[in-house]
Amino acid sequence: MWPLPVVLAEFMHELSIALSMIEQIAEEAGKHGGSKVDAVYVRIGVLSGVDTEALKFAFQIAAAGTPFADTRLEIEVVPLLVYCSQCASTHAPKGTEVLCPRCITPAQQILHGRELEVAALEIA
Amino acid sequence: MMNVQTRLVEVRANILKENDQLARALRERFQQAGVSVVSFVSSPGSGKTAFLEKLMSRLGVTHRIAALVGDLATENDAVRLSRACSQVKQITTGTVCHLDAKMIAAAIEDWKLDELDLLLIENVGNLVCPSSYDLGEAMRVVLLSATEGEDKPLKYPTIFNTADVALITKMDLAAAVEFDLEAARRSINAVRPGMRVIEVSSKTGQGMDEVIALLESTLKPRQLISI
Repeated sequence: MWPLPVVLAEFMHELSIALSMIEQIAEEAGKHGGSKVDAVYVRIGVLSGVDTEALKFAFQIAAAGTPFADTRLEIEVVPLLVYCSQCASTHAPKGTEVLCPRCITPAQQILHGRELEVAALEIA
Repeated sequence: MMNVQTRLVEVRANILKENDQLARALRERFQQAGVSVVSFVSSPGSGKTAFLEKLMSRLGVTHRIAALVGDLATENDAVRLSRACSQVKQITTGTVCHLDAKMIAAAIEDWKLDELDLLLIENVGNLVCPSSYDLGEAMRVVLLSATEGEDKPLKYPTIFNTADVALITKMDLAAAVEFDLEAARRSINAVRPGMRVIEVSSKTGQGMDEVIALLESTLKPRQLISI
């Protein structure tokens, strides 16, 4: 077994995330007594390290052959929201750079943007 | 479209919660056993293994150390590190691009943690996947080599953002490849403001004392006295 090409190796990441999602959907659907899950709503932060396009593709592969093969995947991308203690205010950087645009201070607290969560299920 | 029977149930749970729970349990175990756990992440070829070889051959003299090494395939890295330290275990992940808490737990199952001061974990060479998986480590170190692009932190912000310390490796080659140290520092600071950056060279030994002092600062006081 040789190291995977970079593109494939990076896709494997989303595949492991998708497999964890399937487990979680099964667990939650069981808890709520649902027989069929129409949709799964996930929240993916821009700093979560997950590529949403790759996740969509990975989810199809992970769901195939499971009771969730027809489950719709709805992704909400969560942008960054950073709190700057120096300015005592929050700011929402456009990309993934977390420096405070006003004071360039290092003490930055990330409030949003790291999410990697199943938010809700639509159960029939 | 929702039909009459369809209902929306709120879940709001981290997708990797199983890993997070296991990592929390590991972290508690490490703390109770008094072992400091430090993980190393970087892209392939950034000089992780060479650096760890040098680091461990020095740390091994004064401390009881062990290492776990993750790779997709081969046991080459474990063989290299076992020259510097007797307790080294390779974790071959196959097609999985990162180490996770479950792999760590399985690898240390029969280890006596309270006989260790320091456990170093070399993650799979990858700047994407390891960022999402907590291994229960006390400190995460990210390595960037002088031969890589200075803007790599901007391209892979998540891994740099989740790290505690950055090492710039292969500094002996910096001049030859016209490495712009200030640009690299700016990139790191943009995605992880204030993170400590140490310039190192496995070849010349540059920065090694600083890294050793940093790792020693993570050890419990009782262990420092015993040295």
